[in-house]
Amino acid sequence: MLHLMQRLATTAPRPSRRSFLKLSAGAAGGLLIGVKLPGSMAQAAEGASAEQMFTPFVRITPDNIVTVLNKHLDMGQGNATGLATLVADELDASPEQVRAEFAPADASKYQNLFFGVQGTGGSTAIANSFEQYRKAGATARAMLVAAAADAWDVSSSEISVKAGTLSHASGKSATFGEMAEAAAKQEVPGEVTLKAPEDWVYIGKGFPRLDVPNKTVGAPNTYGMDVQREDQLVAVLARPRAFGGKVASFNADEARKVTGVVDIFDVPGHGVAVLATSTWPAIKAQGLLEIEWDESGAETRSSGTLFQEYRALADNDGPVFRDDGDAAAQLEGAARVVEETFEFPYLAHGMMEPMVLTIHVEGDRATLWYPAQFQTIDQATAASVLGIPQENVAINTLYGGGSFGRRTSFDAKHIVEAASIAKIWGKSQPIKLVYTREDDTRAGYYRPMGVHKVRAGLDADGNLVAWHHRIVQQSLMTGTAFESVAVKDGIDSTSIEGVEDFSYALANFHGELHSPKVGVPVLWWRSVGHTQTAYVVETMIDRAAEAAKADPVAFRRAHLTRKTGSDTHDADNTRKLGVLDKVVAMSGWDEGAPEERFRGVAVHKSFNTYVAEVAEVSRRDDGTFKVEKVWCAVDCGVAVNPDNVKAQMEGGIGYGLAAILFNEITLTDGHVDQENFDTYRPLRIEDMPEVAVEVIASAAAPTGAGEPGTPPIGPAVANAIRAATGSVPAVLPLSRAGLA
Amino acid sequence: MIRLNVNGEDREVDVDPDTPLLWVLRDELQMTGTKYGCGIAACGACTVQMDGFPTRSCQTRVSDVEGTKITTIEGVDGKAASAVQAAWREFDVPQCGYCQSGQILAATALLAETPKPTDDDIDAAMSGNVCRCATYHRIRAAIHRASDTMEG
Repeated sequence: MLHLMQRLATTAPRPSRRSFLKLSAGAAGGLLIGVKLPGSMAQAAEGASAEQMFTPFVRITPDNIVTVLNKHLDMGQGNATGLATLVADELDASPEQVRAEFAPADASKYQNLFFGVQGTGGSTAIANSFEQYRKAGATARAMLVAAAADAWDVSSSEISVKAGTLSHASGKSATFGEMAEAAAKQEVPGEVTLKAPEDWVYIGKGFPRLDVPNKTVGAPNTYGMDVQREDQLVAVLARPRAFGGKVASFNADEARKVTGVVDIFDVPGHGVAVLATSTWPAIKAQGLLEIEWDESGAETRSSGTLFQEYRALADNDGPVFRDDGDAAAQLEGAARVVEETFEFPYLAHGMMEPMVLTIHVEGDRATLWYPAQFQTIDQATAASVLGIPQENVAINTLYGGGSFGRRTSFDAKHIVEAASIAKIWGKSQPIKLVYTREDDTRAGYYRPMGVHKVRAGLDADGNLVAWHHRIVQQSLMTGTAFESVAVKDGIDSTSIEGVEDFSYALANFHGELHSPKVGVPVLWWRSVGHTQTAYVVETMIDRAAEAAKADPVAFRRAHLTRKTGSDTHDADNTRKLGVLDKVVAMSGWDEGAPEERFRGVAVHKSFNTYVAEVAEVSRRDDGTFKVEKVWCAVDCGVAVNPDNVKAQMEGGIGYGLAAILFNEITLTDGHVDQENFDTYRPLRIEDMPEVAVEVIASAAAPTGAGEPGTPPIGPAVANAIRAATGSVPAVLPLSRAGLA
Repeated sequence: MIRLNVNGEDREVDVDPDTPLLWVLRDELQMTGTKYGCGIAACGACTVQMDGFPTRSCQTRVSDVEGTKITTIEGVDGKAASAVQAAWREFDVPQCGYCQSGQILAATALLAETPKPTDDDIDAAMSGNVCRCATYHRIRAAIHRASDTMEG
């Protein structure tokens, strides 16, 4: 999700080899296995005592069910299955007996080891848990074996485990369920030996997605929107039309007449809330409210004005984020210079399930039901609004109907809204805050808009010699609790990720960042800064290749092969070449595009995963382009579930495609112009290209898969359009120029 | 009281006649498999079948369904539905899964009408069902598989 998390990843302590394992008798007399965290992690988890550091991940019950507790939110990216796969492999469980369950909110037990708090993002779910969940599985296995050895009076070493069954050469055998209670009484092994990769039975091969059966039958209580508590009220909030607006006055006479409406009141700073006995009356009443807004302190600029201001800033010097050699001087003397100014719009996440949250406040305790993406922030926020201790906030996590970054924000606005409504209502009654699609589209927390101005210089031999890159983009992190980590000397790492690690061989690089202040709340959006930076870098590389009269792949290879003077960049380039070569082979790049088809390529690293994509497009009679086919090669280290990695690439490509083809959030006098899927056009099945994905075999530590498929699709399509038209679209979305 | 028939059962609900069928199913009948996505019939998450035809329940007033037979994800069955649900599981189609009830209802209706759909048939029938996870690639493959299963 963000560069910040990568930075935290490099500084956060990893679980040490001396992590010791601990056991307690769990529910129903079964096993609860956890890995105790080393002391340094204990400090990271806010104020947790040593006893609370016990981390339960695995439950085995006498009914022979193995339940894996998922400390992360699964919003479609498949980590519930991924983490269960890690446990099942070491445990030698059978897929049929494995279940996934969301862990409660408790940072002392369930923190993201890269973050130090409980939360999901940055494509880290597998990466931070890879050793932790395998150890939990191995520990459970060792204790089951020890219990069987006791029961059968044989040595542990004589017992084998396969697909959920313990057996001995004498013919004795038992299921996990039969041995669970006895195993719970066994001593916890101080050390467990993890399998060698060649012994993995599921990792790198496959495991059925545990959430899919329920998701094909419309099972109840799956998503946040499905929550139905006894005596529950539904709240719908009418939010200000301009960000920072306030309620001046309102008339709810007509709205109150709607059958089912219970109350309507001002939620200071947030809008006007309608409470009703069910959803439809609340939505209907919201539409009947007459509200006068005070926009005196609001952001009332229009998008056009903002872009003018951004473009003006892009002409001026700004804070420097990278400075190698002397780019300015080398550009003066370059044989060829290519330059461009790019415009990126605000984007909404547009997940299928709008924001939703159910809260029940009882005295000094609160219980929440929703797709919780950043439990620790959410707990603290609810506690703060309600004036109760943080540990008194319980969270029940449900599957997220998508998120793409939307379900967590620094200020946890959705938590603040729901808790504020509950506080004003005052009665101990569950309240479900539902965003309509229109609310969701207009509530802000967008991918930031931005302007990039770039000049690239080549020498007479067609080699890149200089790159000057100026970014104008609103900061995600400034003014948040993460500012001290993520913003250094005025540079927000999320604005420059994907270009500050520019690794094509080049001696002179100069990068600057302006971070204008705008009153529109912005947020990470699937791959955060990378959709903008990958688009700019990879389309400019194509332009440079054209200036050098080189094939785009040949030009990339030349600049990825040459030594850069940086070991980090050389290592990146080796893996970039790996995926580039693979996608070139898959697509038959060297044979050229079929008649009436045009191809473009892009390669990009994000979240430590390397992805190359080739897009093939055709032109319709009206001048718009159809993306016909995409080939994708991905190197994410060990792919725990390769088919799920493929699914994430397919989905990441489709998600990125909608954005570059059609999507923009625009403002008129501060009011968002779009409101629903009629004006914020989603990708539909007829827009979806054929997609072929190959996963590079790798023994490297697993990295992320949820986000890295998205950044390369924009530039790959733009480069294919360049192949057809001779120019790269510099203003997104492509529909603006009649290209989509 | 408004009468409706859902998944073969006669039900009675006490709501305003203009209440969308979607919210009757979800809030009154506690059948939450049918999803709210947009409220303007632009995304298909709320798709049910009315007398076998795919219908957006968010734009269908409950008073307009009297005398019809409504089928939801909780009740859809038969050869096409079984084949579709099995193919959805075989291909691990869902990611977040929120739209998939609607996708399955739409795909089932397609196969009941057109047992051997072409890609163009699939695009035409499924165009109204948005998936923001973009599982379209697998939806297409799974519909073809379901079609093969039904034939075999």
